[in-house]
Amino acid sequence: MGEIHVMREDFLPPKPPPRRHLISIGDLTRDDVERLLATARSFARTLEREVKKLPTLRGYTVVNVFYESSTRTSSSFELAAKRLSADTMSIKAAGSSVDKGESLKDTALTLGAYDPDVIVIRHPQIGAPQLVARFTEAHVVNAGDGKHQHPTQALLDLFTIREEVGPLDGLHVAIVGDVLHSRVARSNIQALTLMGARVTLVGPPPLLPRGIEAMGCELSHDIGSIAAADVVYVLRMQQERMQEGANYVPSLREYTARWGVTPERLRPGQKVMHPGPMNRGVEIDPRVADAADALIETQVRAGLVVRMAVLYDLLTTGPVSVKTPDPLEVA
Amino acid sequence: MLFVRNGRSDDLVVRGARVLDPAEGVDGVCDVRVDGGTIAQLGTNLETNEHRVVDGSGLVLAPGFVDAHVHLRVPGREDEETIATGTAAAAAGGYCAIPAMPYTEPLVDSAAVLGSLVEDAQAQAEIPVGFLAAITRGQDGAELTEMAELADAGAAGFSDDGHPVVAPGLMRRALQYHGITGRRLALHCEEPTLSKGGQIHEGAVSAELGFAGYPSVAESTMVERDLALAAYEGQPLHLLHLSARESVEAVRAAQAKGVAATAEVTPHHLCLTDEAVRTLDPNLKMNPPLRSADDRAALIEGLRDGTIGSIATDHAPHARHEKEVPFEAAPFGVTGLETAFAALYTSLVEPGLVPLETLLERMSAGPAQAYGLERPRIAVGAPANLVLLDTAAEWQVEEGGFRSRSANSWLIGKRLKGQVRLTVAAGRVAFE
Repeated sequence: MGEIHVMREDFLPPKPPPRRHLISIGDLTRDDVERLLATARSFARTLEREVKKLPTLRGYTVVNVFYESSTRTSSSFELAAKRLSADTMSIKAAGSSVDKGESLKDTALTLGAYDPDVIVIRHPQIGAPQLVARFTEAHVVNAGDGKHQHPTQALLDLFTIREEVGPLDGLHVAIVGDVLHSRVARSNIQALTLMGARVTLVGPPPLLPRGIEAMGCELSHDIGSIAAADVVYVLRMQQERMQEGANYVPSLREYTARWGVTPERLRPGQKVMHPGPMNRGVEIDPRVADAADALIETQVRAGLVVRMAVLYDLLTTGPVSVKTPDPLEVA
Repeated sequence: MLFVRNGRSDDLVVRGARVLDPAEGVDGVCDVRVDGGTIAQLGTNLETNEHRVVDGSGLVLAPGFVDAHVHLRVPGREDEETIATGTAAAAAGGYCAIPAMPYTEPLVDSAAVLGSLVEDAQAQAEIPVGFLAAITRGQDGAELTEMAELADAGAAGFSDDGHPVVAPGLMRRALQYHGITGRRLALHCEEPTLSKGGQIHEGAVSAELGFAGYPSVAESTMVERDLALAAYEGQPLHLLHLSARESVEAVRAAQAKGVAATAEVTPHHLCLTDEAVRTLDPNLKMNPPLRSADDRAALIEGLRDGTIGSIATDHAPHARHEKEVPFEAAPFGVTGLETAFAALYTSLVEPGLVPLETLLERMSAGPAQAYGLERPRIAVGAPANLVLLDTAAEWQVEEGGFRSRSANSWLIGKRLKGQVRLTVAAGRVAFE
């Protein structure tokens, strides 16, 4: 029977194409991540200057298309592009032709007709960034597609951990909460394990999807297990998914009692992260959110420089470019 | 219960092919002469009687294929498929008979709708086509259709395909009542509270990609329930598109206990696993979903040992714009009539997983028997239902190369081995 397990080579998914887009952390190598984080670090230094704008991407156009509500992701992509002197345009689904029933393909073709260099897209459905990549010539950056991926969030989290906690290799991160519905969790599991960190997922059994351990993480249903981690990463409890009858957990009240991250459940000095927006008093106790060990604002600041690095990287070190100019030298 | 465009019957001599009819015990190089649409003689150096001669040397002549699971989309979605294009696609795939599913708009749940389809088939069908009728009115799982009247009007069987009959009490009544018609019940097994929202097989791939999972138990628990009801009622049943190991094992156990259960499997479930979905190609989205390597192994094993007697394409044409959307937004279903033999020859026969004889039997005699249709056979006196196959030919599947009105095939761009050269359906050359 062993031979049956061999699937024909040409029926397997093709190897990832040259890095032209940022759609999934799974497409990146450890070297890619190291380079992105190093670039982000050099941008962080430039933001300490009085004049924060760099001419690096002058003449390039970055289009942000957001089909889902977002504060920090959309604003930081826009600011990142502006800090690098790119022209930006932001389109929200509400008030656009999407309201008139335009398909994503047609929206992509329309935007593509302006020859943008980068399209940043957030969409509620898995596979939307791939579709945009198929129908435009632009570099596509996934700013969140359904429950699939949110790669720039994972990169900014890596950046934050490295700056505030230390090296990623051998670090132990506990990711707590609704993993099932979380694109942040998926990107972070991939990113952290890629960089040599150990990941433990903690939450109620129905919210830890079957088969997720194949991504190289450990599972625990016991909130007590977070005490062993160097970093506790709290996921947003997606209340809109916890409708009556869904029965992922019997009630938010029981969830909070069992899995809420409270000061009592943390070791002194243990670092806490959260991708936002937070539900204070649900997945995270307000005393934890406001404590000095919470890195939540640092994450937001990191979002800006990491997204600058992503835009810079796609536009300067992609397959079309041979030379990799130092961003500060260009500046 | 099969209907075809009225017209000529052909005269033909196929010379020097390897004539292979496993169910009939025929395997040898000889000539086959067809007189007026009927197989008249098998032998060497046959007189041509001024018939047209087809050179079959190096080719395999087998009984025409039967696909018991096809969506022709009429009435309602003629932009996706019609009887004319669907039967032309089937002919190009080597098929000589296709019972079509009733999941249309409106549904085939009354003799009036069925009657208009029969008329259309008599005007347009390139090969014999049958029409299954729904088990429940509106496929809403509440009330049985008028099965006796539908059978009299020509229904080839009954199915709520695309939907399970959820209520066990109603399923039992359907098993009891349909027996008077002599037609088969064909069941889509899916427990909706387990599959709800599911996009792909639940497992490591769905966990990583973030899709809501459609677990294999959603199928197998319903398979087990329907087999238990069939055993209790002593009635036969046909199980559509099995995808999970547990389902195959349940069918095998029920058959061993004497339940008259037949089952089918699709080419895509035999060729692929859920690993393929990582590309997020909407042409890899179907119900039931592609499952694990272990499930695929169980399906192949079930096909080999006869637990699964039929290969069915579940040919489900979709308009291009409906599939050019993010994976999550795409409808379920892929086409398959024109690629089934080549995909399976390439994927199963060439690597030695399944003998050619078994593949041919499961694509012809198996599905015919499952629906109580006359088995296509290569024997003197039988109607000519033949397919001439070139197992050495390699070809590339092209989006523009389909006779089907839709091209939502998971095989576009792939190179396949094995090509249909000629199809004779009900005594008439339907494709060459």
